Amino acid sequence: MNNWPLWEIFLRSKNGLNHKHVGSLHASDEKMAMQNARDVYTRRNEGISIWVVESKYISASDPDEGESLFDPANDKVYRHPTFYNLPDELKHI
Amino acid sequence: MDNHLYNFVLHLGDNALILGHRLSEICGHGPILEQDMAMTNIALDLVGQSRNLYQLAAELKGEGATEDTLAYLRDATEYKNFLLAEQKNGDFAKTVLRQFFYDAFNYHCYQRLLMSNYQPLAAIADKANKEITYHLKWSSEWVIRLGDGTAESMRRIKMALEDLWPYTGELFKFADYEIACNTEGIFPDIEGLKADWDDEVRTIFAEANLDIPEEKWMHDGGKRGVHSEHLGFLLAEMQFLQRAYPGQEW
Repeated sequence: MNNWPLWEIFLRSKNGLNHKHVGSLHASDEKMAMQNARDVYTRRNEGISIWVVESKYISASDPDEGESLFDPANDKVYRHPTFYNLPDELKHI
Repeated sequence: MDNHLYNFVLHLGDNALILGHRLSEICGHGPILEQDMAMTNIALDLVGQSRNLYQLAAELKGEGATEDTLAYLRDATEYKNFLLAEQKNGDFAKTVLRQFFYDAFNYHCYQRLLMSNYQPLAAIADKANKEITYHLKWSSEWVIRLGDGTAESMRRIKMALEDLWPYTGELFKFADYEIACNTEGIFPDIEGLKADWDDEVRTIFAEANLDIPEEKWMHDGGKRGVHSEHLGFLLAEMQFLQRAYPGQEW
């Protein structure tokens, strides 16, 4: 069982909300991963829907590239709607 | 008090408590964390079901009986659980197979209790039914995985089958109180129970590459209070605190 693959578990806590990453676990296949997720992560009414994804299928950004990936957005305030002054006639915004 | 009704409710409660307690013994000792939690969840479900049933039994009995006096102050000969429920955990294969035989029975038993004309029992069955459906799914899949797994897992589950099969006959050897409850519509259609259980076992065994053992001698007695040597030890541990310090609370 040491060679069982790792799975990432996502739960949706309520209708209308997104699935959210809650943790990971080991299981031999997706069926077992689903049951294990139910038993490990939904004991206290945390969820109404479960997604399981084998961890190897997730590509993650490289922390070393953080500066080049994310810093350029820092000085581009005009990408936020709050940067713009709205005319007074505009209601319900 | 209707004696057969009381005995029947007690029998159902005893099955749930004794198997639930057995599973609780291996809390923290499961083969992996995820299965440890799965089995502990089942243990908690079963103990919860026994509480509902004991509360009902205590009401039927009166005389100051409570769920606690029924669980902690009865001796082995007053317990009416199947012998199957008190069998030791053994290895993982044995724990799984014992659970599967019990779940397959319990599932079809509670399907019938849903139809019971005795409302309090039908209500308890309605609540337990969802839990039992999941238990059966869990144990069925593990029987298939072990039977259809490696040579070692196959060897283990076959050993478990040899150990446990002789305890399955008792499930369908109905006690007087079950027959009386059947006649009154409290426990409908017990005639069909064995066929439903057989179907369930045959389907899962086919997927697990396991053969149903030939008919042979079967143990019985648990329903009448005649138990294997294991129950006394189990009760000694479970009841110790209340016996040594009567009325002690958390």
